[in-house]
Amino acid sequence: MADDKSARVAPVVVTLPPALVKLFPGSTRQVALPASSVAEMIDALDARWPGMRDRLCDSTPAIRRHINIFVAGERARLMTQLAPGAEVAILTAISGG
Amino acid sequence: MAKRVLVLVGTKKGAFILESDAARSSWTQRGPYCETWPMNHVIGDPASGTIYGGGGNEWFGAAVWKSEDLGKSWTHSSAGLAYAAGETPIKSVWSLSPGAKRMHAGVEPAGLFQSDDGGQSWEHVAGLRDHPSRPQWQPGGGGLILHSLVRHPQDEQQLWVGISSAGVFHTADGGASWEPRNQGTRCDFLPEGQRYPEIGQCVHCIVMAPGAAHRLYQQNHCGMYVSEDGGEHWNSIEAGLPSSFGFPAAVHPRDPATLFLLPLNGDIKGRFVPDAKAAVWRTRDCGDHWKALRQGLPQENAYFGVLRQAMATDILAPCGVYFGTGTGSLYASADEGDTWKCIARHLPTISSVETLVVDG
Repeated sequence: MADDKSARVAPVVVTLPPALVKLFPGSTRQVALPASSVAEMIDALDARWPGMRDRLCDSTPAIRRHINIFVAGERARLMTQLAPGAEVAILTAISGG
Repeated sequence: MAKRVLVLVGTKKGAFILESDAARSSWTQRGPYCETWPMNHVIGDPASGTIYGGGGNEWFGAAVWKSEDLGKSWTHSSAGLAYAAGETPIKSVWSLSPGAKRMHAGVEPAGLFQSDDGGQSWEHVAGLRDHPSRPQWQPGGGGLILHSLVRHPQDEQQLWVGISSAGVFHTADGGASWEPRNQGTRCDFLPEGQRYPEIGQCVHCIVMAPGAAHRLYQQNHCGMYVSEDGGEHWNSIEAGLPSSFGFPAAVHPRDPATLFLLPLNGDIKGRFVPDAKAAVWRTRDCGDHWKALRQGLPQENAYFGVLRQAMATDILAPCGVYFGTGTGSLYASADEGDTWKCIARHLPTISSVETLVVDG
């Protein structure tokens, strides 16, 4: 059963990067979740796929340095607010060698 | 019963497994595993047959990977593998040591974690980072990393760790308190008169002699050493070796006097095998005498190094010896180093080599 908070918050649509989806069997590239901020969105992702928060955020706490989260075309932070129905894209940044 | 010999290889782009039977004459290779994450240490638990991999990915952070089916499938977790909010976050897992009841993990920036549920969740062993010397810990070339974990074979409360470049530390109370164990190890990179400090040594690798918990061997940035008192005092064993520099050390599975080293030409000369000729060096008498083992290894134009966790032995008789190069080649000996052959080429940079022998 959804908790009271989830029932009150309108869903946002989140697109996950392929490299993240591969790490969590059963996860999908696109998911609708109730969230009014990026932090809440990550809470919801972690509740659905335990451990996903650690892949997206470090213990600072902050979004990981090589993970980009875009909301309405703008790079977001954990505190960024999400409007009902917002489209959120999580991208792996240029990295590696 | 027939045996399966697995060589577990951690690389900059995933884990690989080489497999053979007890003859160790022909090998099959599989991988890459762990979604091609950089894997600093892949190790098997001989009691359970479980394989663990420690690493860190630039996108997704540090994690411990786990396979309970000899590499066919893997899970990952970093639950609890974190410092307090506000501290520099953990970048990667550098070393793993599964014990009878408890497993330990060393991480970057240097710190120690323990797991009592087979790596599913982790707890910070805060006593180490509470050591008053911590503000003086300086990163080595590989970062500020806890790379060597040596557990006492009978006393679960005792553990030695190697931190680059803070040195060796020992706990006798399960990690609550720690003492530096660096007396006698040199810091050539410090001014004259200051080269034997209490901490700050650039330890590269520490290993324990089998059946002799008092005897430790160490490959340091500045020399090779043996200790006969659990690291309280170290004595140089570099005489007879071609340099004082190298990274890995591996002990024989049964003979406490036998040690394998792989000296490189020096820290300012490229860190290749000396004269571009590869050799593993073996002592049978605790470092008093050394023999270069070259048969089957490249003896010209070999410009590779071998990293600190990239050499290992197996438990068979005669024991196998294995090392992996920075250029992605894996060499194996089935006769305690007397002869060698290359069993894998063109792998990514090899960070670690371990073995696991299971019933076939």
